[in-house]
Amino acid sequence: MSSGRPRDGRARVPVPALALAAVAIAFFALPLVGLLWRAPWSSAWGYLTDDDALTALRLSIVCSLWATALSVVFGVPLAWVLARVEFPGRTVVRALCTLSMVLPPVVGGVALFFALGRRGLVGQYLDRWFDIRLPFTTAGVVVAQTFVAMPFLVITVEAALRQLDQRIEDAARTLGASRWYTFRRVTLPAVRPALMAGAVLSWARALGEFGATITFAGNFPGTTQTMPLAVYLSLETNPEEAIVLALVLIAISFAVLVGLRDRWFGARTTVAA
Amino acid sequence: MHYRTRVLVSSLVIAAVALAACESAKPAGGGDGAVIVFAAASLTAAFTEIGDAFTAEYPDVEVVFNFAASSELVTQIGEGAPADVFASADQSNMTKLAAVGGNSTEPALFARNTLEIIVGPGNPKRISGVADLANEDLIVVTCAPEVPCGAYAVQIFTNAGVTVVPKSLEENVKAVVTKVTLGEADAGIVYRTDVTAAAAAAEGVELPEDVNVVAEYPIAVVAGAPNADGAQAFTDFVLSQRGRTILESYGFLAP
Repeated sequence: MSSGRPRDGRARVPVPALALAAVAIAFFALPLVGLLWRAPWSSAWGYLTDDDALTALRLSIVCSLWATALSVVFGVPLAWVLARVEFPGRTVVRALCTLSMVLPPVVGGVALFFALGRRGLVGQYLDRWFDIRLPFTTAGVVVAQTFVAMPFLVITVEAALRQLDQRIEDAARTLGASRWYTFRRVTLPAVRPALMAGAVLSWARALGEFGATITFAGNFPGTTQTMPLAVYLSLETNPEEAIVLALVLIAISFAVLVGLRDRWFGARTTVAA
Repeated sequence: MHYRTRVLVSSLVIAAVALAACESAKPAGGGDGAVIVFAAASLTAAFTEIGDAFTAEYPDVEVVFNFAASSELVTQIGEGAPADVFASADQSNMTKLAAVGGNSTEPALFARNTLEIIVGPGNPKRISGVADLANEDLIVVTCAPEVPCGAYAVQIFTNAGVTVVPKSLEENVKAVVTKVTLGEADAGIVYRTDVTAAAAAAEGVELPEDVNVVAEYPIAVVAGAPNADGAQAFTDFVLSQRGRTILESYGFLAP
Protein backbone atom coordinates (compact mmCIF):
# COMPACT_ATOMS: atom_id res chain seq x y z
CA MET A 1 0.00 0.00 0.00
CA SER A 2 2.72 2.46 0.96
CA SER A 3 5.01 3.87 -1.70
CA GLY A 4 8.55 5.14 -1.13
CA ARG A 5 7.58 8.61 -0.04
CA PRO A 6 5.49 7.86 3.06
CA ARG A 7 8.24 5.53 4.24
CA ASP A 8 10.62 8.48 4.26
CA GLY A 9 8.01 10.44 6.17
CA ARG A 10 7.73 7.66 8.69
CA ALA A 11 11.47 7.37 9.11
CA ARG A 12 11.55 10.85 10.62
CA VAL A 13 9.64 9.66 13.68
CA PRO A 14 12.12 8.50 16.35
CA VAL A 15 12.13 4.75 16.86
CA PRO A 16 11.27 4.84 20.59
CA ALA A 17 8.26 7.10 19.97
CA LEU A 18 6.96 4.88 17.20
CA ALA A 19 7.53 1.74 19.26
CA LEU A 20 5.67 3.18 22.26
CA ALA A 21 2.85 4.28 19.95
CA ALA A 22 2.67 0.76 18.52
CA VAL A 23 2.31 -0.70 22.02
CA ALA A 24 -0.42 1.84 22.77
CA ILE A 25 -2.28 0.89 19.60
CA ALA A 26 -2.06 -2.79 20.48
CA PHE A 27 -3.30 -1.97 23.97
CA PHE A 28 -6.48 -0.44 22.51
CA ALA A 29 -6.90 -2.88 19.65
CA LEU A 30 -6.42 -6.14 21.53
CA PRO A 31 -9.56 -5.98 23.72
CA LEU A 32 -11.60 -5.29 20.60
CA VAL A 33 -9.94 -8.18 18.79
CA GLY A 34 -10.71 -10.31 21.85
CA LEU A 35 -14.41 -9.47 21.57
CA LEU A 36 -14.41 -10.26 17.86
CA TRP A 37 -12.57 -13.50 18.57
CA ARG A 38 -15.18 -14.62 21.13
CA ALA A 39 -18.19 -13.36 19.18
CA PRO A 40 -20.73 -16.06 18.30
CA TRP A 41 -20.99 -15.18 14.62
CA SER A 42 -23.50 -17.89 13.71
CA SER A 43 -26.10 -16.78 16.24
CA ALA A 44 -25.31 -13.05 16.13
CA TRP A 45 -28.25 -12.14 13.90
CA GLY A 46 -30.74 -13.68 16.29
CA TYR A 47 -29.46 -11.59 19.21
CA LEU A 48 -29.47 -8.43 17.10
CA THR A 49 -33.07 -8.73 16.00
CA ASP A 50 -34.19 -9.52 19.54
CA ASP A 51 -36.90 -7.05 20.60
CA ASP A 52 -35.28 -6.20 23.91
CA ALA A 53 -31.96 -5.46 22.21
CA LEU A 54 -33.60 -3.19 19.64
CA THR A 55 -35.56 -1.38 22.34
CA ALA A 56 -32.39 -0.84 24.38
CA LEU A 57 -30.53 0.38 21.29
CA ARG A 58 -33.28 2.83 20.37
CA LEU A 59 -33.42 4.15 23.93
CA SER A 60 -29.64 4.50 24.02
CA ILE A 61 -29.56 6.54 20.84
CA VAL A 62 -32.49 8.77 21.78
CA CYS A 63 -31.21 9.45 25.31
CA SER A 64 -27.61 10.06 24.27
CA LEU A 65 -28.73 12.55 21.60
CA TRP A 66 -30.87 14.38 24.16
CA ALA A 67 -27.95 14.43 26.56
CA THR A 68 -25.71 15.83 23.84
CA ALA A 69 -28.26 18.51 22.94
CA LEU A 70 -28.59 19.57 26.59
CA SER A 71 -24.81 19.54 26.95
CA VAL A 72 -24.50 21.93 24.00
CA VAL A 73 -27.33 24.23 25.09
CA PHE A 74 -25.98 24.63 28.64
CA GLY A 75 -22.35 23.74 28.09
CA VAL A 76 -21.46 26.35 25.46
CA PRO A 77 -22.61 29.32 27.56
CA LEU A 78 -20.85 27.77 30.56
CA ALA A 79 -17.62 27.37 28.58
CA TRP A 80 -17.94 30.98 27.42
CA VAL A 81 -18.40 32.24 30.96
CA LEU A 82 -15.44 30.20 32.19
CA ALA A 83 -13.21 31.39 29.35
CA ARG A 84 -14.18 35.05 29.19
CA VAL A 85 -15.68 36.28 32.41
CA GLU A 86 -13.28 37.15 35.21
CA PHE A 87 -14.88 36.43 38.56
CA PRO A 88 -13.63 35.37 41.97
CA GLY A 89 -13.61 31.61 42.44
CA ARG A 90 -13.55 30.87 38.73
CA THR A 91 -11.04 28.05 39.25
CA VAL A 92 -13.31 26.51 41.83
CA VAL A 93 -16.35 26.76 39.56
CA ARG A 94 -14.40 25.21 36.70
CA ALA A 95 -13.31 22.31 38.88
CA LEU A 96 -16.87 21.89 40.11
CA CYS A 97 -18.26 21.72 36.59
CA THR A 98 -15.83 19.02 35.54
CA LEU A 99 -16.01 17.04 38.77
CA SER A 100 -18.45 14.52 37.33
CA MET A 101 -15.74 13.38 34.91
CA VAL A 102 -13.61 12.03 37.73
CA LEU A 103 -16.39 11.04 40.12
CA PRO A 104 -17.11 7.29 40.13
CA PRO A 105 -20.38 7.14 38.13
CA VAL A 106 -22.20 5.23 40.87
CA VAL A 107 -21.32 8.01 43.32
CA GLY A 108 -22.64 10.45 40.73
CA GLY A 109 -25.89 8.49 40.61
CA VAL A 110 -26.30 8.55 44.38
CA ALA A 111 -25.46 12.28 44.45
CA LEU A 112 -28.18 12.85 41.84
CA PHE A 113 -30.59 11.08 44.18
CA PHE A 114 -29.69 13.47 46.98
CA ALA A 115 -30.26 16.41 44.64
CA LEU A 116 -33.10 15.36 42.38
CA GLY A 117 -34.56 12.22 43.97
CA ARG A 118 -37.94 11.98 45.63
CA ARG A 119 -36.36 12.99 48.95
CA GLY A 120 -33.63 15.12 47.37
CA LEU A 121 -32.72 18.73 48.01
CA VAL A 122 -34.64 19.96 44.96
CA GLY A 123 -36.33 16.72 44.00
CA GLN A 124 -38.77 16.75 46.90
CA TYR A 125 -40.21 20.04 45.64
CA LEU A 126 -40.32 18.81 42.04
CA ASP A 127 -42.33 15.90 43.38
CA ARG A 128 -44.57 17.89 45.74
CA TRP A 129 -45.25 20.97 43.63
CA PHE A 130 -45.02 19.79 40.04
CA ASP A 131 -45.50 16.03 40.38
CA ILE A 132 -42.21 15.53 38.50
CA ARG A 133 -40.21 12.44 39.39
CA LEU A 134 -36.93 11.81 37.65
CA PRO A 135 -35.73 8.47 39.10
CA PHE A 136 -36.94 5.45 37.13
CA THR A 137 -37.93 7.56 34.11
CA THR A 138 -36.39 8.09 30.68
CA ALA A 139 -35.87 11.74 31.64
CA GLY A 140 -33.80 10.44 34.54
CA VAL A 141 -31.56 8.59 32.07
CA VAL A 142 -31.02 11.82 30.14
CA VAL A 143 -30.23 13.70 33.37
CA ALA A 144 -27.69 11.05 34.45
CA GLN A 145 -26.05 11.01 31.03
CA THR A 146 -25.91 14.80 30.78
CA PHE A 147 -24.36 14.97 34.23
CA VAL A 148 -21.39 12.84 33.22
CA ALA A 149 -21.15 13.93 29.56
CA MET A 150 -21.35 17.73 29.64
CA PRO A 151 -17.86 18.36 31.09
CA PHE A 152 -16.31 16.89 27.94
CA LEU A 153 -17.99 19.58 25.88
CA VAL A 154 -17.25 22.34 28.36
CA ILE A 155 -13.51 21.73 28.58
CA THR A 156 -13.12 21.31 24.82
CA VAL A 157 -15.03 24.49 23.95
CA GLU A 158 -13.46 26.47 26.77
CA ALA A 159 -9.96 25.60 25.54
CA ALA A 160 -10.89 26.72 22.01
CA LEU A 161 -12.36 30.00 23.27
CA ARG A 162 -9.18 30.73 25.20
CA GLN A 163 -7.03 30.12 22.14
CA LEU A 164 -9.20 32.28 19.94
CA ASP A 165 -7.68 35.65 19.06
CA GLN A 166 -10.02 38.08 20.78
CA ARG A 167 -8.98 40.86 18.41
CA ILE A 168 -11.19 39.28 15.73
CA GLU A 169 -14.18 39.70 18.01
CA ASP A 170 -13.08 43.21 18.92
CA ALA A 171 -12.89 44.04 15.23
CA ALA A 172 -16.43 42.82 14.68
CA ARG A 173 -17.60 44.91 17.62
CA THR A 174 -15.89 48.08 16.32
CA LEU A 175 -17.56 47.48 12.97
CA GLY A 176 -20.89 47.79 14.75
CA ALA A 177 -21.86 44.17 15.32
CA SER A 178 -23.86 43.56 18.47
CA ARG A 179 -22.53 41.32 21.23
CA TRP A 180 -24.95 38.54 20.29
CA TYR A 181 -24.28 38.93 16.55
CA THR A 182 -20.52 38.74 17.17
CA PHE A 183 -20.94 35.62 19.28
CA ARG A 184 -23.17 33.96 16.70
CA ARG A 185 -21.33 34.97 13.51
CA VAL A 186 -17.71 35.29 14.62
CA THR A 187 -17.00 33.41 17.84
CA LEU A 188 -19.19 30.37 17.28
CA PRO A 189 -17.97 29.60 13.73
CA ALA A 190 -14.37 29.95 14.93
CA VAL A 191 -14.80 27.39 17.69
CA ARG A 192 -17.07 25.13 15.65
CA PRO A 193 -14.47 22.37 15.26
CA ALA A 194 -13.97 22.27 19.02
CA LEU A 195 -17.72 22.39 19.51
CA MET A 196 -18.12 19.42 17.17
CA ALA A 197 -15.34 17.51 18.90
CA GLY A 198 -16.79 18.29 22.33
CA ALA A 199 -20.28 17.32 21.25
CA VAL A 200 -19.04 14.01 19.84
CA LEU A 201 -17.06 13.27 23.00
CA SER A 202 -20.08 14.03 25.19
CA TRP A 203 -22.27 11.93 22.97
CA ALA A 204 -19.85 8.99 23.14
CA ARG A 205 -19.65 9.34 26.91
CA ALA A 206 -23.44 9.47 27.19
CA LEU A 207 -23.85 6.44 24.94
CA GLY A 208 -21.51 4.37 27.08
CA GLU A 209 -22.78 5.70 30.42
CA PHE A 210 -23.59 2.93 32.88
CA GLY A 211 -23.06 3.63 36.57
CA ALA A 212 -24.96 6.86 37.05
CA THR A 213 -27.79 5.62 34.84
CA ILE A 214 -28.37 2.31 36.61
CA THR A 215 -28.10 4.01 40.00
CA PHE A 216 -30.27 7.06 39.38
CA ALA A 217 -32.66 5.91 36.65
CA GLY A 218 -32.73 2.20 37.38
CA ASN A 219 -33.08 -0.50 34.79
CA PHE A 220 -36.36 -1.26 33.07
CA PRO A 221 -36.70 -2.40 29.44
CA GLY A 222 -38.25 0.34 27.31
CA THR A 223 -37.99 3.12 29.91
CA THR A 224 -34.50 3.17 31.35
CA GLN A 225 -32.63 0.11 30.08
CA THR A 226 -29.98 1.46 27.71
CA MET A 227 -27.51 -0.71 25.79
CA PRO A 228 -24.73 -0.70 28.41
CA LEU A 229 -27.25 -1.88 31.03
CA ALA A 230 -28.58 -4.55 28.68
CA VAL A 231 -25.02 -5.70 27.97
CA TYR A 232 -24.19 -5.87 31.67
CA LEU A 233 -27.28 -7.89 32.53
CA SER A 234 -27.01 -10.30 29.65
CA LEU A 235 -23.44 -10.95 30.78
CA GLU A 236 -25.05 -12.57 33.83
CA THR A 237 -26.89 -15.23 31.91
CA ASN A 238 -25.92 -15.08 28.26
CA PRO A 239 -22.37 -13.85 27.65
CA GLU A 240 -22.72 -14.52 23.91
CA GLU A 241 -25.59 -12.06 23.65
CA ALA A 242 -23.60 -9.56 25.72
CA ILE A 243 -20.69 -9.74 23.29
CA VAL A 244 -22.94 -9.18 20.27
CA LEU A 245 -24.67 -6.19 21.93
CA ALA A 246 -21.31 -4.76 22.98
CA LEU A 247 -20.03 -5.05 19.42
CA VAL A 248 -23.06 -3.18 18.11
CA LEU A 249 -22.40 -0.37 20.58
CA ILE A 250 -18.72 -0.31 19.60
CA ALA A 251 -19.51 -0.35 15.88
CA ILE A 252 -21.83 2.67 16.20
CA SER A 253 -19.37 4.68 18.29
CA PHE A 254 -16.49 3.72 16.03
CA ALA A 255 -18.36 4.72 12.87
CA VAL A 256 -19.19 8.13 14.33
CA LEU A 257 -15.65 8.74 15.62
CA VAL A 258 -14.08 7.73 12.29
CA GLY A 259 -16.68 9.63 10.24
CA LEU A 260 -16.23 12.90 12.12
CA ARG A 261 -12.52 12.82 12.73
CA ASP A 262 -11.37 14.28 9.43
CA ARG A 263 -13.95 16.98 9.66
CA TRP A 264 -12.65 18.30 12.98
CA PHE A 265 -9.01 18.09 12.10
CA GLY A 266 -9.51 19.56 8.67
CA ALA A 267 -11.36 22.50 10.15
CA ARG A 268 -9.00 22.90 13.08
CA THR A 269 -6.08 23.71 10.78
CA THR A 270 -8.15 26.51 9.22
CA VAL A 271 -8.67 28.02 12.64
CA ALA A 272 -5.00 27.81 13.48
CA ALA A 273 -4.05 29.45 10.16
CA MET B 1 19.07 -2.81 11.63
CA HIS B 2 16.30 -1.88 9.26
CA TYR B 3 14.05 0.91 10.55
CA ARG B 4 10.90 -1.19 10.49
CA THR B 5 12.61 -4.08 12.30
CA ARG B 6 13.90 -1.72 14.94
CA VAL B 7 10.41 -0.39 15.59
CA LEU B 8 9.02 -3.92 15.81
CA VAL B 9 11.78 -5.15 18.12
CA SER B 10 11.47 -2.11 20.40
CA SER B 11 7.68 -2.58 20.59
CA LEU B 12 8.13 -6.18 21.62
CA VAL B 13 10.74 -5.25 24.21
CA ILE B 14 8.45 -2.58 25.69
CA ALA B 15 5.51 -4.98 25.77
CA ALA B 16 7.69 -7.61 27.45
CA VAL B 17 8.86 -5.13 30.09
CA ALA B 18 5.26 -4.06 30.69
CA LEU B 19 4.20 -7.68 31.10
CA ALA B 20 7.09 -8.33 33.47
CA ALA B 21 5.92 -5.37 35.54
CA CYS B 22 2.49 -7.00 35.64
CA GLU B 23 4.02 -9.88 37.62
CA SER B 24 3.56 -7.65 40.64
CA ALA B 25 -0.14 -7.39 39.73
CA LYS B 26 -0.64 -11.04 40.62
CA PRO B 27 -3.35 -11.49 43.24
CA ALA B 28 -2.17 -11.18 46.82
CA GLY B 29 -0.23 -14.25 47.88
CA GLY B 30 -0.87 -16.80 45.13
CA GLY B 31 -0.19 -19.85 47.29
CA ASP B 32 2.04 -18.83 50.16
CA GLY B 33 -0.41 -19.21 53.01
CA ALA B 34 -3.28 -17.28 51.41
CA VAL B 35 -6.71 -18.67 50.57
CA ILE B 36 -8.57 -16.83 47.83
CA VAL B 37 -12.32 -17.04 48.40
CA PHE B 38 -14.79 -16.08 45.66
CA ALA B 39 -18.09 -15.49 47.44
CA ALA B 40 -21.54 -14.18 46.54
CA ALA B 41 -22.09 -10.50 47.35
CA SER B 42 -24.83 -11.37 49.87
CA LEU B 43 -22.17 -13.14 51.98
CA THR B 44 -19.96 -10.06 52.31
CA ALA B 45 -20.55 -9.25 55.99
CA ALA B 46 -20.87 -12.84 57.26
CA PHE B 47 -17.83 -14.15 55.35
CA THR B 48 -15.67 -11.23 56.40
CA GLU B 49 -16.32 -12.18 60.02
CA ILE B 50 -15.78 -15.89 59.26
CA GLY B 51 -12.49 -14.92 57.59
CA ASP B 52 -11.36 -13.11 60.77
CA ALA B 53 -12.36 -16.07 62.95
CA PHE B 54 -10.56 -18.45 60.57
CA THR B 55 -7.36 -16.40 60.64
CA ALA B 56 -7.56 -16.31 64.45
CA GLU B 57 -7.53 -20.10 64.41
CA TYR B 58 -4.94 -20.47 61.62
CA PRO B 59 -2.67 -17.43 62.13
CA ASP B 60 -0.35 -18.38 59.24
CA VAL B 61 -3.17 -18.45 56.69
CA GLU B 62 -4.46 -15.23 55.18
CA VAL B 63 -7.95 -15.14 53.66
CA VAL B 64 -8.47 -12.94 50.59
CA PHE B 65 -12.05 -12.32 49.46
CA ASN B 66 -13.54 -11.45 46.11
CA PHE B 67 -17.21 -10.59 46.57
CA ALA B 68 -19.45 -10.20 43.51
CA ALA B 69 -22.61 -11.60 41.95
CA SER B 70 -22.37 -15.40 41.85
CA SER B 71 -22.80 -15.42 38.08
CA GLU B 72 -19.96 -12.91 37.69
CA LEU B 73 -17.71 -15.05 39.88
CA VAL B 74 -18.39 -18.13 37.75
CA THR B 75 -17.43 -16.10 34.67
CA GLN B 76 -14.24 -14.90 36.37
CA ILE B 77 -13.24 -18.45 37.41
CA GLY B 78 -14.06 -19.66 33.91
CA GLU B 79 -11.76 -16.98 32.47
CA GLY B 80 -8.92 -18.25 34.63
CA ALA B 81 -9.08 -16.01 37.72
CA PRO B 82 -7.14 -17.71 40.54
CA ALA B 83 -9.63 -18.92 43.15
CA ASP B 84 -9.39 -21.52 45.89
CA VAL B 85 -12.98 -21.55 47.16
CA PHE B 86 -16.29 -20.67 45.51
CA ALA B 87 -19.37 -19.92 47.63
CA SER B 88 -22.48 -19.34 45.54
CA ALA B 89 -25.82 -17.74 46.44
CA ASP B 90 -27.69 -20.34 44.42
CA GLN B 91 -27.40 -23.88 43.14
CA SER B 92 -27.58 -22.95 39.46
CA ASN B 93 -24.31 -21.01 39.43
CA MET B 94 -22.55 -23.84 41.27
CA THR B 95 -24.01 -26.22 38.68
CA LYS B 96 -22.69 -23.93 35.94
CA LEU B 97 -19.20 -24.13 37.42
CA ALA B 98 -19.47 -27.90 37.89
CA ALA B 99 -20.56 -28.29 34.26
CA VAL B 100 -17.13 -27.13 33.12
CA GLY B 101 -15.35 -29.17 35.80
CA GLY B 102 -14.59 -26.06 37.83
CA ASN B 103 -14.92 -27.66 41.28
CA SER B 104 -12.66 -30.28 42.84
CA THR B 105 -14.84 -31.18 45.83
CA GLU B 106 -18.53 -32.06 45.91
CA PRO B 107 -20.51 -28.82 46.57
CA ALA B 108 -21.80 -28.77 50.16
CA LEU B 109 -24.77 -26.74 51.39
CA PHE B 110 -23.71 -24.35 54.14
CA ALA B 111 -26.63 -21.93 54.52
CA ARG B 112 -30.12 -21.10 53.44
CA ASN B 113 -31.78 -17.75 53.00
CA THR B 114 -35.37 -16.69 52.38
CA LEU B 115 -36.79 -13.53 50.89
CA GLU B 116 -38.69 -10.66 52.40
CA ILE B 117 -40.32 -7.45 51.29
CA ILE B 118 -38.08 -4.56 52.28
CA VAL B 119 -39.80 -1.27 53.15
CA GLY B 120 -38.74 2.03 54.68
CA PRO B 121 -38.52 2.47 58.48
CA GLY B 122 -41.99 2.40 60.03
CA ASN B 123 -43.45 0.85 56.86
CA PRO B 124 -44.95 4.20 55.68
CA LYS B 125 -47.04 2.62 52.91
CA ARG B 126 -48.48 -0.04 55.25
CA ILE B 127 -47.44 -2.96 53.08
CA SER B 128 -48.49 -6.28 54.59
CA GLY B 129 -47.93 -8.74 51.77
CA VAL B 130 -47.21 -9.41 48.12
CA ALA B 131 -50.76 -8.47 47.10
CA ASP B 132 -50.11 -4.87 48.18
CA LEU B 133 -47.24 -4.61 45.71
CA ALA B 134 -49.65 -4.80 42.77
CA ASN B 135 -50.73 -1.23 43.55
CA GLU B 136 -49.41 0.80 40.63
CA ASP B 137 -48.96 3.94 42.71
CA LEU B 138 -46.22 2.21 44.66
CA ILE B 139 -42.64 2.30 43.43
CA VAL B 140 -41.57 -1.34 43.62
CA VAL B 141 -38.07 -2.43 42.60
CA THR B 142 -36.71 -5.95 42.34
CA CYS B 143 -33.55 -7.53 40.99
CA ALA B 144 -33.42 -8.26 37.27
CA PRO B 145 -34.54 -11.79 36.36
CA GLU B 146 -30.98 -12.46 35.13
CA VAL B 147 -29.65 -12.44 38.70
CA PRO B 148 -30.82 -14.95 41.35
CA CYS B 149 -32.71 -12.50 43.58
CA GLY B 150 -34.68 -11.35 40.51
CA ALA B 151 -35.55 -14.89 39.49
CA TYR B 152 -36.76 -15.50 43.06
CA ALA B 153 -38.91 -12.35 42.97
CA VAL B 154 -40.61 -13.55 39.78
CA GLN B 155 -41.20 -16.93 41.43
CA ILE B 156 -42.70 -15.26 44.53
CA PHE B 157 -45.10 -13.16 42.43
CA THR B 158 -46.14 -16.30 40.53
CA ASN B 159 -46.61 -18.26 43.76
CA ALA B 160 -48.80 -15.48 45.13
CA GLY B 161 -50.70 -15.15 41.85
CA VAL B 162 -50.06 -11.40 41.81
CA THR B 163 -48.97 -9.26 38.85
CA VAL B 164 -46.35 -6.76 39.97
CA VAL B 165 -44.71 -4.34 37.54
CA PRO B 166 -41.45 -3.15 39.11
CA LYS B 167 -40.24 0.34 38.21
CA SER B 168 -36.72 -0.96 37.92
CA LEU B 169 -34.92 -4.27 37.61
CA GLU B 170 -31.72 -3.80 39.56
CA GLU B 171 -28.42 -5.47 38.78
CA ASN B 172 -27.92 -6.76 42.31
CA VAL B 173 -29.74 -7.05 45.60
CA LYS B 174 -27.77 -4.30 47.33
CA ALA B 175 -29.01 -1.83 44.68
CA VAL B 176 -32.59 -2.74 45.65
CA VAL B 177 -31.76 -2.13 49.31
CA THR B 178 -30.14 1.22 48.48
CA LYS B 179 -33.18 2.41 46.57
CA VAL B 180 -35.48 1.60 49.48
CA THR B 181 -33.20 2.98 52.19
CA LEU B 182 -32.77 6.21 50.19
CA GLY B 183 -36.55 6.48 50.03
CA GLU B 184 -36.64 6.43 46.23
CA ALA B 185 -38.53 3.15 46.15
CA ASP B 186 -41.42 2.16 48.42
CA ALA B 187 -40.73 -1.55 48.48
CA GLY B 188 -38.47 -4.24 47.09
CA ILE B 189 -37.85 -7.96 47.26
CA VAL B 190 -34.56 -8.84 48.98
CA TYR B 191 -33.05 -11.58 51.14
CA ARG B 192 -33.91 -11.54 54.83
CA THR B 193 -30.17 -11.17 55.50
CA ASP B 194 -30.23 -7.86 53.63
CA VAL B 195 -33.01 -6.60 55.89
CA THR B 196 -30.91 -7.66 58.91
CA ALA B 197 -27.89 -5.84 57.46
CA ALA B 198 -29.87 -2.66 56.74
CA ALA B 199 -30.60 -2.44 60.50
CA ALA B 200 -32.54 0.74 61.33
CA ALA B 201 -32.57 2.01 57.74
CA ALA B 202 -35.26 -0.44 56.65
CA GLU B 203 -37.84 -2.94 57.80
CA GLY B 204 -38.82 -6.34 56.50
CA VAL B 205 -42.26 -7.78 55.81
CA GLU B 206 -42.13 -11.57 56.06
CA LEU B 207 -43.69 -13.69 53.36
CA PRO B 208 -45.88 -16.73 54.06
CA GLU B 209 -44.10 -20.06 53.55
CA ASP B 210 -46.25 -21.13 50.60
CA VAL B 211 -45.26 -17.97 48.70
CA ASN B 212 -41.64 -17.66 49.77
CA VAL B 213 -38.61 -19.15 48.10
CA VAL B 214 -35.64 -20.73 49.84
CA ALA B 215 -32.24 -19.87 48.43
CA GLU B 216 -29.56 -22.49 49.00
CA TYR B 217 -25.89 -21.55 49.35
CA PRO B 218 -23.37 -24.22 48.25
CA ILE B 219 -19.61 -24.06 48.73
CA ALA B 220 -16.84 -26.03 46.97
CA VAL B 221 -13.08 -26.05 46.47
CA VAL B 222 -12.20 -24.80 42.98
CA ALA B 223 -10.44 -27.20 40.60
CA GLY B 224 -6.75 -26.36 40.30
CA ALA B 225 -6.88 -24.25 43.46
CA PRO B 226 -3.44 -22.70 44.07
CA ASN B 227 -3.87 -23.49 47.78
CA ALA B 228 -5.97 -26.66 47.93
CA ASP B 229 -5.17 -27.45 51.59
CA GLY B 230 -6.07 -23.96 52.74
CA ALA B 231 -9.22 -24.10 50.61
CA GLN B 232 -10.32 -27.33 52.26
CA ALA B 233 -9.61 -25.92 55.73
CA PHE B 234 -11.66 -22.79 55.00
CA THR B 235 -14.55 -24.80 53.55
CA ASP B 236 -14.57 -27.06 56.62
CA PHE B 237 -14.54 -23.98 58.86
CA VAL B 238 -17.59 -22.49 57.08
CA LEU B 239 -19.43 -25.81 57.51
CA SER B 240 -18.41 -26.12 61.18
CA GLN B 241 -20.53 -25.03 64.15
CA ARG B 242 -18.41 -21.87 64.45
CA GLY B 243 -19.15 -20.91 60.85
CA ARG B 244 -22.82 -21.70 61.21
CA THR B 245 -23.17 -19.55 64.33
CA ILE B 246 -21.63 -16.56 62.55
CA LEU B 247 -23.86 -17.08 59.50
CA GLU B 248 -26.95 -17.26 61.72
CA SER B 249 -26.04 -13.99 63.43
CA TYR B 250 -26.35 -12.35 60.00
CA GLY B 251 -29.81 -13.80 59.41
CA PHE B 252 -28.91 -16.93 57.44
CA LEU B 253 -30.74 -20.16 58.19
CA ALA B 254 -29.03 -23.48 58.89
CA PRO B 255 -28.74 -25.71 55.78
